Amino acid sequence: MSFYGLVDGSDASLRNYLKQLPGVDQVGAEARAAMLATRSIKTTSKAWAIDTAIAMVDLTTLEGADTPGKVQALCAKAFRPDPTDSSVPHVGAVCVYNDMVGIARQHLDAIGAHELPVAAVSTAFPSGRASMAVKLQDTKDAIDAGAAEIDMVIDRGAFLSGRLIEVFQEIVAIREVCGDQAHLKVILETGELVTLDNVRKASYLAMLAGAHFIKTSTGKVAPAATAPVVLVMLEAVRDFYDLTKVRIGVKPAGGIRTTKDAIKQLVLVNETAGPEWLNPSLFRIGASALLNDLLMQRMKMSDGYYASPNYVTID
Amino acid sequence: MSGRLEVMKTYKLYINGAFPRTESGRSYEITSNKGEFLANACLASRKDLRDAVVAARAAQPGWAKATAFNRGQIMYRIAEMLEGRSDQFAQEISLQTGASAKESLQEVSDAVDLLVWYAGWSDKLPSLAGSTNPVTGPFYNFTIPEALGVVGAIASIDKPLLGFVAAVAPILVSGNTAVALASSSAPLSAISFAEVVATSDLPNGVLNILSGQQSELAPWFASHMDIDGLDISGLPSDQHGSIKEAGVENLKRISAFTKNNEPGRILAFMEAKTIWHPIGN
Repeated sequence: MSFYGLVDGSDASLRNYLKQLPGVDQVGAEARAAMLATRSIKTTSKAWAIDTAIAMVDLTTLEGADTPGKVQALCAKAFRPDPTDSSVPHVGAVCVYNDMVGIARQHLDAIGAHELPVAAVSTAFPSGRASMAVKLQDTKDAIDAGAAEIDMVIDRGAFLSGRLIEVFQEIVAIREVCGDQAHLKVILETGELVTLDNVRKASYLAMLAGAHFIKTSTGKVAPAATAPVVLVMLEAVRDFYDLTKVRIGVKPAGGIRTTKDAIKQLVLVNETAGPEWLNPSLFRIGASALLNDLLMQRMKMSDGYYASPNYVTID
Repeated sequence: MSGRLEVMKTYKLYINGAFPRTESGRSYEITSNKGEFLANACLASRKDLRDAVVAARAAQPGWAKATAFNRGQIMYRIAEMLEGRSDQFAQEISLQTGASAKESLQEVSDAVDLLVWYAGWSDKLPSLAGSTNPVTGPFYNFTIPEALGVVGAIASIDKPLLGFVAAVAPILVSGNTAVALASSSAPLSAISFAEVVATSDLPNGVLNILSGQQSELAPWFASHMDIDGLDISGLPSDQHGSIKEAGVENLKRISAFTKNNEPGRILAFMEAKTIWHPIGN
């Protein structure tokens, strides 16, 4: 088997490939991320950025207390984020737990949102601690229920103890289950990977194994999508494109709550991976509270005065 | 003899319990009534107002939930802290307005007394504005006054300290949180008042203080959808009409007052909640 002609699927070739990756200059990455965060995006650019960000949101609810009613409300909001303004684009996807996929898909179809995909978190989310059989079945269930995107978590324990091939084979196996039916997003849980070197390694590992997207975090661990981590991942997809001519997407998730945060992410994307990535098919933002702030900023821009949270839905 | 290098105070904003500079980086000169330079103050922008409203909104439920007794105590504590710094405040007032030392001290004493007066109202509001209503049915029917939410205040220009206290004390005592714009020409007293508040157990974000131009900020106060009420006592009366118009979108309660100590200043920023309760046997 050949993975982009870069590794052959054996432990040795994977190890050798990841070993030759250059280390990350942590201070440099932090400084560059901080510098890019100071860019000022105003007026028409800001309006464009807000709409782009809305279209990139993976509107997420991942709580033990989720109910069918809450998921349906979330779907309605995903399709028409601002019921009073039809010019607001719909979000990128609805992201729910496995058992809610069917309910979400059904409701989206019922309200005419056929083009809006449902993403399911899979493979024993958020810890990734289950047998391979369970993880495969978990993924299969989600796809059968109508999930078009699978957000899988990697086994961080295996990654950190150096059992890279295990992690690799797991992603390959889940990708096989996804086949042509679902896009695969691989969650690295960067908050548990400790170093930026590990983030780079894990990014390449996931991309080589066939991920369509690499995603920072589950949202259950802090820190989540910090700017330096997203920067390193964006550099990884950019360099991977140079090697293979295949564009892999990036999804930061967790901790992005305000319009300012979201716009900073867009600046990072544009300046690191390039404008081709400023597209919901290659960049998503996993969030729940963010959407309301984006809507309030949008109201401020169209009405000319500051908005109140009383005028957007609580989710 | 070598003179000591004078340490000048930097007058900053007071938002969410911290003393930030304005995000706009702007400042303006505060001069004495004779035109001498006194200090540089922050020229707050609409974005500082926005940040202050976010802080005030977040602090509001907690402040309203505090017992009336506790709110009164904290207001009284503010008065205590102010009393202890009478001389500093008097001096600042004299410098800004040209008032005599005696007049300035009187203004500080008046401000302290006013704080105590409003502090006393905290647990008397339900008796003043609440009622038990006669209804046809086996029910008790109560009306209870409750805090409105986030209230803006544009403080009077002439009395830099007393005017400011008269604007914010009645807003705070009922459980509202406030975003207050200090007198544009003499903001130093209000900013120093922030130091008093910061040492008085008032939770962060309950009172936020901006210094800047009325003409620039008042329309943003009026149109902000997350400000529920607005005291415009400090604005010239010819501007009241346009401000009230701008506040119509979210049915903002906009009032102006002439007297410093009147319960109406409290009640203007309160809601009435009516509750039905079965009498039983």
